Amino acid sequence: MSEFVNFHFDVDGDNFVSAGQASVKVKKNLREMGLDPDIIRRVSIAMYEGEINMVIHAGGGVADVNVYKDYIEIILDDHGPGIPNVELAMQEGYSTASDHVRSLGFGAGMGLSNMKRYTDDMQIDSTVGVGTKITMRVNME
Amino acid sequence: MKISDIKELLDAQVLCGEVYMYRDVFSACGSDMMSDVLAYVKDQAVLLSGLVNSQVVRTAEMMDMVCIVFVRSKQPTDEMIQLAKDYKMVMLSTEKRMYEACGILYSNGLVANGQKKA
Repeated sequence: MSEFVNFHFDVDGDNFVSAGQASVKVKKNLREMGLDPDIIRRVSIAMYEGEINMVIHAGGGVADVNVYKDYIEIILDDHGPGIPNVELAMQEGYSTASDHVRSLGFGAGMGLSNMKRYTDDMQIDSTVGVGTKITMRVNME
Repeated sequence: MKISDIKELLDAQVLCGEVYMYRDVFSACGSDMMSDVLAYVKDQAVLLSGLVNSQVVRTAEMMDMVCIVFVRSKQPTDEMIQLAKDYKMVMLSTEKRMYEACGILYSNGLVANGQKKA
């Protein structure tokens, strides 16, 4: 048996309608693995927020969910514009989303703070003009 | 309260999920901002919204909700209805506006945080 189970997704950045499909799939897979419902919910919500962000801000990217014995790791990697000021972006209510995105029910400036809220650890590695990599971790206990 | 009670109280149309109408629900929230639903909602089973796009259904699924009520006679797309069927949700549509719909449900015992109304 391998050290961990990996779920890999290419997130389509051109289609807001389909955004979130990967997160729904992860939730289904984790349920089938018989994991704790609260853990599943936290992982799913954090990933969903990240997936929506990828579509809204970065034109898509790739998502990996690695299920280890003691924790679940979510890695979201994009080649979007990058985040100039991570500390500012982390503040609840701060958003650079367009009015169009807000009209779709997102862009309230809650995405990154939600991701942090629902996970035990979150690291943001972002370079302007290169892209953003977010690594989140949810402990099993 | 059962979902069938929500249908009666709001004089709502059932768009899908008839088979799940007798599920018990204890709390609800109303919002057009899915970001807020994801941030602040906990253990609510019913989402009332005037927003119509697929992310409303996916947000509800992420939050383990079992029923979506569209206010102001909003009608979801066929794709949204299919998603709700896949997630085994009930979808309702009511002519009532958000404030009135929430008020009716709240005053009939469907509270905000899974706690009994005082």
